[in-house]
Amino acid sequence: MTVKGKVVGVYGNMISVEFDGNVQMNEVAYLVLGDKKLKSEVIRIRGKQAEMQIFEISKGIGIGNPVEFSAGLLSSTVGPGLLGQIYDGLQNPLPQLAEQCGFFLERGVYLDPLPGDKKWVFTPHAQPGDRLTRGEVLGSVPEGIFTHKIMVPFNLYASYTVKKIAPTGNYTIHDIIAELEDQQGNAVSVTMSFNWPVKRAVDAYAERLKPVDPLVTQIRIIDTLFPVCRGGTYCIPGPFGSGKTVLQQLISRYADIDIVIIAACGERAGEVVETLREFPGLPDPRTGRTLMERTIIICNTSSMPVAAREASVYTAVTLGEYYRQMGLNVLLLADSTSRWAQAMREMSGRLEEIPGEEAFPAYLESVIAAFYERSGIVRNKDGSIGSITIGGTISPAGGNFEEPVTQATLKVVGAFHGLSRERSDARRYPAIHPLESWSKYNGIVDRKKVKFARDVLFRSDEVAQMMKVVGEEGTSLDDFIAYLKGEFFDAVFLQQNAFDPVDASTPRERQHYVFEKLLQILVAVLEMSDKDDARSFFNQMRQKFLDWNGTEMNTDEFRSIETELMNMLRSREVEKLERIYNSQEQSGEGDAKNIQHHQRDIR
Amino acid sequence: MRKIYNTISEISGNVISVYAEGIKYGEMAEITSAHGKSLAEVIRLERDKVSLQVFAGGRGISTGDEVRFSSSPMKVSFSDDLMGRIFDGKGYPRDNGPRLSENLIEIGGPSVNPAKRIIPRNMIRTGIPMIDLFNTLVESQKLPIFSISGEPYNELLARIAMQAEVDLIILGGCGLKYDDYLFFKDTLEAGGSLSRSILFVHTAADPVVECLMVPDISLAVAEKFALKGKRILVLITDMTNFSDAMKEIAITMEQVPSNRGYPGDLYSQLAARYEKAVDFEGAGSITILAVTTMPGDDVTHPIPDNTGYITEGQFYLRHGRIEPFGSLSRLKQLVNAKTRDDHRALMDGMIKIYASYKETLEKRSMGFKMSAWDEKLLHYGVLFEDELMNLSVNIPLEKALDKGWEILAECFTPEETGFRTELLNRFWPKKEAS
Ligand SMILES: Nc1ncnc2c1ncn2[C@@H]1O[C@H](COP(=O)(O)OP(=O)(O)OP(=O)(O)O)[C@@H](O)[C@H]1O
Ligand SMILES: [Mg+2]
Repeated sequence: MTVKGKVVGVYGNMISVEFDGNVQMNEVAYLVLGDKKLKSEVIRIRGKQAEMQIFEISKGIGIGNPVEFSAGLLSSTVGPGLLGQIYDGLQNPLPQLAEQCGFFLERGVYLDPLPGDKKWVFTPHAQPGDRLTRGEVLGSVPEGIFTHKIMVPFNLYASYTVKKIAPTGNYTIHDIIAELEDQQGNAVSVTMSFNWPVKRAVDAYAERLKPVDPLVTQIRIIDTLFPVCRGGTYCIPGPFGSGKTVLQQLISRYADIDIVIIAACGERAGEVVETLREFPGLPDPRTGRTLMERTIIICNTSSMPVAAREASVYTAVTLGEYYRQMGLNVLLLADSTSRWAQAMREMSGRLEEIPGEEAFPAYLESVIAAFYERSGIVRNKDGSIGSITIGGTISPAGGNFEEPVTQATLKVVGAFHGLSRERSDARRYPAIHPLESWSKYNGIVDRKKVKFARDVLFRSDEVAQMMKVVGEEGTSLDDFIAYLKGEFFDAVFLQQNAFDPVDASTPRERQHYVFEKLLQILVAVLEMSDKDDARSFFNQMRQKFLDWNGTEMNTDEFRSIETELMNMLRSREVEKLERIYNSQEQSGEGDAKNIQHHQRDIR
Repeated sequence: MRKIYNTISEISGNVISVYAEGIKYGEMAEITSAHGKSLAEVIRLERDKVSLQVFAGGRGISTGDEVRFSSSPMKVSFSDDLMGRIFDGKGYPRDNGPRLSENLIEIGGPSVNPAKRIIPRNMIRTGIPMIDLFNTLVESQKLPIFSISGEPYNELLARIAMQAEVDLIILGGCGLKYDDYLFFKDTLEAGGSLSRSILFVHTAADPVVECLMVPDISLAVAEKFALKGKRILVLITDMTNFSDAMKEIAITMEQVPSNRGYPGDLYSQLAARYEKAVDFEGAGSITILAVTTMPGDDVTHPIPDNTGYITEGQFYLRHGRIEPFGSLSRLKQLVNAKTRDDHRALMDGMIKIYASYKETLEKRSMGFKMSAWDEKLLHYGVLFEDELMNLSVNIPLEKALDKGWEILAECFTPEETGFRTELLNRFWPKKEAS
């Protein structure tokens, strides 16, 4: 029998309900308002009163409105047909909702997340008599470019014998495709779809592995200096307008990954629209099909109900975990995790919990950690390897990273791409700060070379700081060249033009190739008559290099610009110092400085 | 059925509590006190205790005053009769026209389904190079003007309104100074635009809570007109007053403040308003320009900070000019690909050099010797500020682009500018200046 209750309080999106019977924490309940049923979730229970967050606008709710508890937790529906969908935070399909309700989001309308009438071509893999546990493969259906494995539902915890399995044929997600029996002889019928509670991590795999393979994003500053790993985590904090969303959008297009899940969490609707209108027309370079076929959008933008925003990141990661179980590589992009944290804060405030820093709840850190922990690379029970990489943007209040969400996130992620206001103001995109950011992962370039390149930047910055004090005239020519080298590196490699068809994405091979050439320039000891000479030399080099960046690789033009570039370098180069970053005995400490010393010795 | 109560049990700030039954969240009520009638809105229900925010404020309300519930949420009349009219924050006439009460519509309605939105595609021309060239305004954009008191932000707002090609202008005044209200009215009248305008004006002299209704009323009306195919420009000044009114209520309600006394839901509250900006597929559009004065000229203050995270860019108005740094139109790339081939490159390139100019200024102020390069930058900076940044410049985009190249050519050699060779070949002015 369903447990019933009635409303005894309304305060913003929190309602208090008096109930009879037993109620679970995080149970879903429906508030009956006229002919509408509004979804809500239990977030606190005290005696016979439950506090619930309501996933809808609370206008018009009154004391005494009936509430029906569902006995289930907030869950996502998984199965074939998720790819290409556009959902709200509770997995309501938005295009279908629009067909039904028009321009506006009508409250209390909940549609099936998966198409129920679509027939999928099922091929059985398991045989009658096989013994299987949760997450093991029963069969498969093709879903776009992927083989979508149909598995023993993750919420069946026993060990089962396959009694019957459907033959190859066309089935909907509601058709029974297998009959299982547990050791006690209880029969279970299985369809191609099931529900999983979003706030529980899916753990139906064999083993969790350590992330090691770089995930190529085609953003040079990331892949070369601050790499991301398959199954790893990274965060992008930055003040407003510094380029977090653009960066996520670029990664969602160019990353070398099977499936992208975009969680637009409490940000602008317009930004999602760009993705959902453009992806269906953009080819995925890896497969030739459209990007939309490998993408799921979870979209709970800033003016949509706040409680559903809190749920949206969990919905997103649950869908990701589901595809990971099939041995696919998933990238989850959450923009912005701060809005999710704020949704928690709003609710915590209404519950009158004792607030922590900036009124965020005391459990903020552990909740953030638990979320990022749902990333990872795993070996599934059939031996396939799947991964989820989680990248979250952070919108720190006042752009100051010393705030609770940024700090809590930095403790748990593997890479930090900190965006800086100075860089975005100066239109140095992507505005990832090259000195302050870090990554614990291995990238696509030899670490020693990366170290050398970063030292060039540090050295350049050092000179720049010094010049602020002593002026250009108080700076030696050698120091000045060191400064120009850093600026050059920044301008032609770290900065990348997102709106140039060629420069917007740099594949792995090209990054390798270009980085090698760049190193030759950075290590060269150069003959310059004075600072103006040096400046104009680097201006010309920069110009050439930027032209080069905008040229398709392996074309005649590409080769001819490269020759010009190298000739320009040769005309000034005194000696090559490749051995500096190649030599084993060098500690690596101060390599860039060594070049300067060397430059002085030669003079 | 209307419910009437005669016992007010609590009065705190602008919030009163009444014991009542059958009341709905968000319902409106009317309170009759010795000082007249006031509207009030239900903001919390706890069993039979109902808390309301009183539009005219709690001052002078007696525990024995009458509270009459309306059984309906806040509504405003919508029809073509609104055109050319001026109302206050409650939607009551401020001009001498008749009170409108037909065809009531709810305010603060649900948000647009993201799947029904389309990608903005039309530039709104303003004749201001700092906008058209560097931070193009786009139809359906939501954009604040960050400024401080004393700056001519209302003039800027009015100028854009007069120049923009839209069907209808809706002005929402929040805590507007009376002079400024008259300024808007006169400017619109003089420009012949009053007849295609609707004004909802809460002045600094009106009760604070009424200010909270202004954005919602303005946007609800805008939405209805947009659905009928009209392109609407909504101007709101000043959202800081709106946010402060919200803070006042939050504190009265004993909400735990998150940042400098502002409630934790400031972001969501502001977003609910700004996100009303939209381009409806097959119908009209809403573009929002809103002034946000920054307390203490501090952009990290919670109001501008949260606003910046919501809006699609911002214009910084400082020293009577739109600052190139910080100012941003995030939608510009949606339209500037099809304006002119040099638009994007020039927009970024000129700002990069202007940033170098600023560094040089800093060096100079510290007494360092200026190099030949520094001298070039100084020359550039002055020209840039005089001929492009100056707000009195009023030229179309194409002229501004040409002007940009002229300035560059007057100061630099082509390769010093960092533009691609192909662009330089096409756009670098032929006669070299010294
Ligand atoms: N890589 C880039 N190349 C060119 N322009 C960029 C780049 N990144 C950002 N921009 C410019 O900066 C604007 C703001 O970027 P974006 O929307 O990504 O900021 P954000 O950090 O997500 O801000 P918010 O926190 O407010 O959402 C963009 O609209 C674009 O004009
Ligand atoms: Mg963003």
